Amino acid sequence: MSTISSYLTAEHREADVLFSYAEQAIADGDWMQAETWFQRFTAATLNHFEKEETVVFPAFEQATGNSSGPTRMMRIEHEEIRGMFDRVSNAIVIHDVEGSLGLAETLLIVIQQHNIKEEQVLYPMTDRLFGGQHDGMVLQMRQLQSAG
Amino acid sequence: MNGAHTSLALEQAPPISVPFRFFLAAPVFLLAAGGLMLANGPELLASRWHPATLALVHLLTLGFLATSMAGALMQMLPVVAGAPIAFPRTVAGLVHLPLMAGTLWLARGLDRADAHDIRLAMAALTLACGVLLLACGHSLLHSPVRHATVRAMRLALLALTATAGIGIALAAVRVGMLNLALLPWTSLHAQWGLIGWVGVLVMGVSWQVIPMFQLTPAYPAAVTRWFGGVIYAALTLDSATPWLASAPAAWITTGTHGVLVTCLASYALVTLRLQAARRRKLPDVSLQFWRIGMASLLAAALLWLAGQVTSIGDDPRYPIALGMLYLAGFAISVVNGMLYKIVPFLVWFHLQSHPARRNTAPGMKLVIADSDSRRQLRLHTIALLLLFASLGWPVLAHVAGFTFVLSAGWLWWNLLQATRMYIRLAAGSPG
Repeated sequence: MSTISSYLTAEHREADVLFSYAEQAIADGDWMQAETWFQRFTAATLNHFEKEETVVFPAFEQATGNSSGPTRMMRIEHEEIRGMFDRVSNAIVIHDVEGSLGLAETLLIVIQQHNIKEEQVLYPMTDRLFGGQHDGMVLQMRQLQSAG
Repeated sequence: MNGAHTSLALEQAPPISVPFRFFLAAPVFLLAAGGLMLANGPELLASRWHPATLALVHLLTLGFLATSMAGALMQMLPVVAGAPIAFPRTVAGLVHLPLMAGTLWLARGLDRADAHDIRLAMAALTLACGVLLLACGHSLLHSPVRHATVRAMRLALLALTATAGIGIALAAVRVGMLNLALLPWTSLHAQWGLIGWVGVLVMGVSWQVIPMFQLTPAYPAAVTRWFGGVIYAALTLDSATPWLASAPAAWITTGTHGVLVTCLASYALVTLRLQAARRRKLPDVSLQFWRIGMASLLAAALLWLAGQVTSIGDDPRYPIALGMLYLAGFAISVVNGMLYKIVPFLVWFHLQSHPARRNTAPGMKLVIADSDSRRQLRLHTIALLLLFASLGWPVLAHVAGFTFVLSAGWLWWNLLQATRMYIRLAAGSPG
């Protein structure tokens, strides 16, 4: 029953929670927990990216006939964010508090800026484009849900 | 992939030198304001019309606030509004230098009642504000985005136009080129500047950055949709005052002021409540600056209310206290806190945008260490407390000024270290 926009936005908020748990664990020096939560955060985010890149973006590109517009920008930013995951993970593995907190905060701002663009521009456009087909697309995305 | 990646990431943002020239200049004016206070002491608190007080206020508003905000606008417009500023380097140059020189001329001209300095300031500030307004206005008109922050930025720029226009006219009165009633126009100049420009811009920016930095719930739609417009309408209504044959009924003015204060106080309350509900619970220096700012804004609103219903409003220190809470407590704290997010992020962003440095760019806390920004936060807090205390014990004004010098100097040093790190890493052999 949910719209594409509300489904994907809810995933952003869930990832935010996982991120905040990971960050708190780093600050507490609880490295086991930090690794676990950060892994869950990256897994959830990567799964979210997959749903966007294989369901939403192609449909958007087909409907608008434009594959060099906002979806291209979003794919590029996904790539950028994927690249940052490793750097934070590596800093957590070597128990570097300042390094991992600093990179985590940087990652957070990059992700939040990206989310704002999606939530304020791309998702509403997608909702308008696929007025009657929300359920089908949300179902497709649910099928991609990884067990995590 | 890397090539396209880099150029796309970069084409959204102006070169780092564009915002940084503003961010590095701003604390110097805060330092100068502290120095002026250190030198003049209690005299500055005697009247809002004292020449040195007028100079001090403009060092803070133009020198620190407008300078930081111009840099932040040029950085944020492409990201928030999706509309980059055309010719960013040229625009930055044409705004930055005249703004610096104009602020210094204006402060000196007001302090020493020097007509020559004030005329130079008029020319320089007209150029700086004119170019800034044209460049940002052009970008906002072409923005494909229509959300609340973009609307707030539009209103803030219109308010800056009003502030600058009235300010130039007041300067013309000061040097005998024009004849206007000083009192109502000065009030309007201050209202448009402090509430319409500074207040609405801070609000619009916070609608994006408070949820983003602290993972708080979003601002209620009623706040983001209406506050900017309501404030703007109230300011416009107030602006009719000088044109009227006789002063409007007191209740009309009190009513419009009441609307302004209600919007500002509700904004502060909502922000504090959102921050209390944040998902990120880690201690954060920038968050503390915001909280001091919001608490000061609330205190200013309460003081205004007390001024309406008690005789406190007749005390000559009343307008000074309001100005202290709003300018130093609210506006300067918030901008100071924001600099600690924007500057480290931009250092990282510009370093990592070079493919060879993608995996070595330092995270934000390595660019400015928490311990360094926290020390400055403490100094800023002490300086504010001393400033408020100096209303009761005027002799403390010297000490407050000295503490502001230390705090501003420390802020400047922290930003300078971040810049030096950027220069060192950007110049070093990448990879």
